[in-house]
Amino acid sequence: MSLDKIQSIPYGKEVIKIKNISLAFGGVKALTNVSFDVKKGEVFAIIGPNGAGKSSMLNVINGFYKPTSGQINFAGEDRKEMMPEFAAKSGIARTFQNIALFKGMSTLDNLMTGRLLKQKQNFLMQALYFGPVQKEEAYHRDKVERVIDFLDLQAIRRTPVGSLPYGLQKRVELGRALAMEPEILLLDEPMAGMNVEEKQDMSRFVLTANDEFKTTIVLIEHDMSVVMDISNRIVVLDYGKKIGEGKPSEILKNKAVIDAYLGVAD
Amino acid sequence: MIYRETGQFKSTYENDHSIFPLIQDKIAFNILMLIAFLFVPLVIDSYWEKAILIPFLIYSMAAIGLNILTGYCGQVSLGTGGFMAVGAFATYKLMTIFPELNIMIIVLLSGVITALVGIVFGLPSLRIKGFYLAVATLASQFFLIWLFNKVPWFYNYSDTGQITVSERTMFGIAVTGANAPSYATYLFCLILVVGLGFAAKNMIRSKIGRSWMAIRDMDIAAEIIGVSPLKTKLSAFAISSFYIGIAGSLYFAVYLGALEVTESFDIMAISFPVLFMIIIGGLGSMLGSFLGAAFIVLLPIFLKNVMVDLIGLSAVTAKHFEITTWGLLMVIFLIVEPHGLARLWSLAKEKLRKWPFPY
Repeated sequence: MSLDKIQSIPYGKEVIKIKNISLAFGGVKALTNVSFDVKKGEVFAIIGPNGAGKSSMLNVINGFYKPTSGQINFAGEDRKEMMPEFAAKSGIARTFQNIALFKGMSTLDNLMTGRLLKQKQNFLMQALYFGPVQKEEAYHRDKVERVIDFLDLQAIRRTPVGSLPYGLQKRVELGRALAMEPEILLLDEPMAGMNVEEKQDMSRFVLTANDEFKTTIVLIEHDMSVVMDISNRIVVLDYGKKIGEGKPSEILKNKAVIDAYLGVAD
Repeated sequence: MIYRETGQFKSTYENDHSIFPLIQDKIAFNILMLIAFLFVPLVIDSYWEKAILIPFLIYSMAAIGLNILTGYCGQVSLGTGGFMAVGAFATYKLMTIFPELNIMIIVLLSGVITALVGIVFGLPSLRIKGFYLAVATLASQFFLIWLFNKVPWFYNYSDTGQITVSERTMFGIAVTGANAPSYATYLFCLILVVGLGFAAKNMIRSKIGRSWMAIRDMDIAAEIIGVSPLKTKLSAFAISSFYIGIAGSLYFAVYLGALEVTESFDIMAISFPVLFMIIIGGLGSMLGSFLGAAFIVLLPIFLKNVMVDLIGLSAVTAKHFEITTWGLLMVIFLIVEPHGLARLWSLAKEKLRKWPFPY
């Protein structure tokens, strides 16, 4: 099981190696020969202007898109592509740019879905709902309640998420990902459309998750002050190509990055 | 004043996750069950049995089945009649092949057979959604009815194409056939509906139910968190068909006794009414399945009483009015309250909590 493999990798070593990944939709090249490594336990940011291929990159990592060429080395194993179910089982969780919550379900139920892979009882036992099933439900409920405490979601536990404000929905989505107890957490613009206070809260949650649960975080974000503050390393994409990689201080000085963001003077 | 949760504290997650978290709900439900199991069998007569209670119970069972598929898993189905026919014919064949088998086992086995058929007809759902899936299930409805008409093996080569139930007993009392007493048929259906109703509720509040709802609300996100669309959709089809198959089995064995497939399981006779039930009752609500079934059974009786007996319209005109009322109600419900009677009920409970001091 690759979850064990990930867990056995020491902190600071590469857990995902992206090797020359290209992705094309017909004639549109979303990604061209992108390579970078994500090290275990770090906060890794992918940045770039609109349409640079950042979300496509995340989709390749968790198997939602199949790369046209290139390889992903995941937990020490080379593979051509990932599968969503395999990624989920191997401890990769993610959030989406446009919130992808289960709108008809309560906050609690949404978080409980994050535990689905860990629930082992079969449906006949569930239909009878005695001893072991009840214990299992209570065990996972306890885990979910910890996430609820951590993210301050107590007051909206029973509220259907469709009726929650945007900022809270983003937080519930992070909660659902955290309920999976992931090894690697992919966050697609977790702070988009938030005000400063909400961004501060979200940054705190991300950093605490990284710090306390030792979750590796791969994050896409447009707010540069946030990215520079919280990430350990950054890769910059532009038009599907990698134009820079390094520590935030290095990226700030990188000529190609500045040109991509601000344009080049003639 | 009476209906409020103040002072009721849950100290374990098991308690908090129970079916009736409020003590008032629990008491009300227990009283209802006592009446249903102990009082009603004493007073039931043939009219109440054949016109109201048995159809209500059977339609509730079918509605639970369709609600699992459509309300909880989001897969629209118009094939209810076809699946009920599978349940009915499975019962008939099992009865003739194994004359010694207990009727309860026959009914449950018919459900299992229908579940297998449901899985086969659920396969298109892996590729198509919404309206297109509805049309695919519509095809299953017509195919199954055609099959039961066309292949004489299913009706044991009888000349009329009818299937007729023979008498079967539970604990020495007939529950099927013409001589079955009203209380026996009623209790037989009631036990199945209550038992399987609880089973459905339990599934809905645990892992499998949450995967269904996840697929219903956002299938992409569900896949990303590790819910397999294949397993989840097919399990919804299987379990939904199991309930519908049992409804069909009871419809044939306990309710009608003898039937002809085209007439009894026609799309207008079963598929649409059951769909109306879950829309009027409430999509994605167990209570809604029962409310919808009660509504659909009682409304025609109510309308007939008012229009024929009270106003003095002819029976034919009254029937036309009935159909018009259906259409009107469907439209009103879809526009005004898409979550149906169950939602109205929960709103009423919300009001009741504050009554009589709303501040």
